[in-house]
Amino acid sequence: MADNRADTRVSMRTPLARVKGLGASGHGVEHWWLHRMTAVSNVPLIIAFVIIVAALAASPSYQEAIAIISHPLVAIILILAVVSVTNHMRLGMQIVIEDYVHDKGLKIAAVIANNFYAVIIGVACLYAILKVSLGRILV
Amino acid sequence: MAEAKVAPRPLSPHLQIYRWSWTMAMSVAHRITGVALYGGIALFAIWLVALASGPGAFDKVQWFFGSPIGYLVLFGYTWILMHHMLGGVRHLVWDFGHGMEAAQRINMARFTLVGSVALTLAIWVVAFIAF
Repeated sequence: MADNRADTRVSMRTPLARVKGLGASGHGVEHWWLHRMTAVSNVPLIIAFVIIVAALAASPSYQEAIAIISHPLVAIILILAVVSVTNHMRLGMQIVIEDYVHDKGLKIAAVIANNFYAVIIGVACLYAILKVSLGRILV
Repeated sequence: MAEAKVAPRPLSPHLQIYRWSWTMAMSVAHRITGVALYGGIALFAIWLVALASGPGAFDKVQWFFGSPIGYLVLFGYTWILMHHMLGGVRHLVWDFGHGMEAAQRINMARFTLVGSVALTLAIWVVAFIAF
């Protein structure tokens, strides 16, 4: 391992301490790890999502759609799916941006826009799920 | 000399240089499907917000999804989702250090395409029968 300390005589930090939580972007493996973790959580959540959407497609009326989405089990699964998927897609798109956008200013703008988009999608979905769910009592 | 001569430096080869292989095609497809899902999730957000807005907005959005174009979009979205999911599972297998041999890599890449098409058809057939 290359010793990249500014002055080896004054620093007493071990090589391990210097690399922990760091790396080229200063975030270590956090990005990679969260991307894999959300990939794992996406699999069961997406399978459940596909079943829910199939049920919705078969019940196209407004009342039926409200009844399905507002069911606590469906709402909780959808909330978990939205949180997992929006984080996963945010991390994935950042990799794509970092691969293809080479201009530094443009890259920063694209990464910011990517974060904004993911948060807007996430908040819009969560707000809508909660709005149709909360206050509805299953009789 | 008016212009400095640019030396023909050797450049690293890009995509168009290589012969297409299964692993390369599925790797490219994984990224493209990921980007497509990134944009496509907005459709789900629009549907949910319309549901939360009331019957008027909901009926307009539902009309689109119930139209032939809407069905085509949903069918395409199902395949893209399944392809990206199987591609992701392939990556998780690699993360554990398995499936690195040439034959395994090519078989897994083929399975991603065949499996995604099979899953998509199965989902739509089951959805029509069950619901």
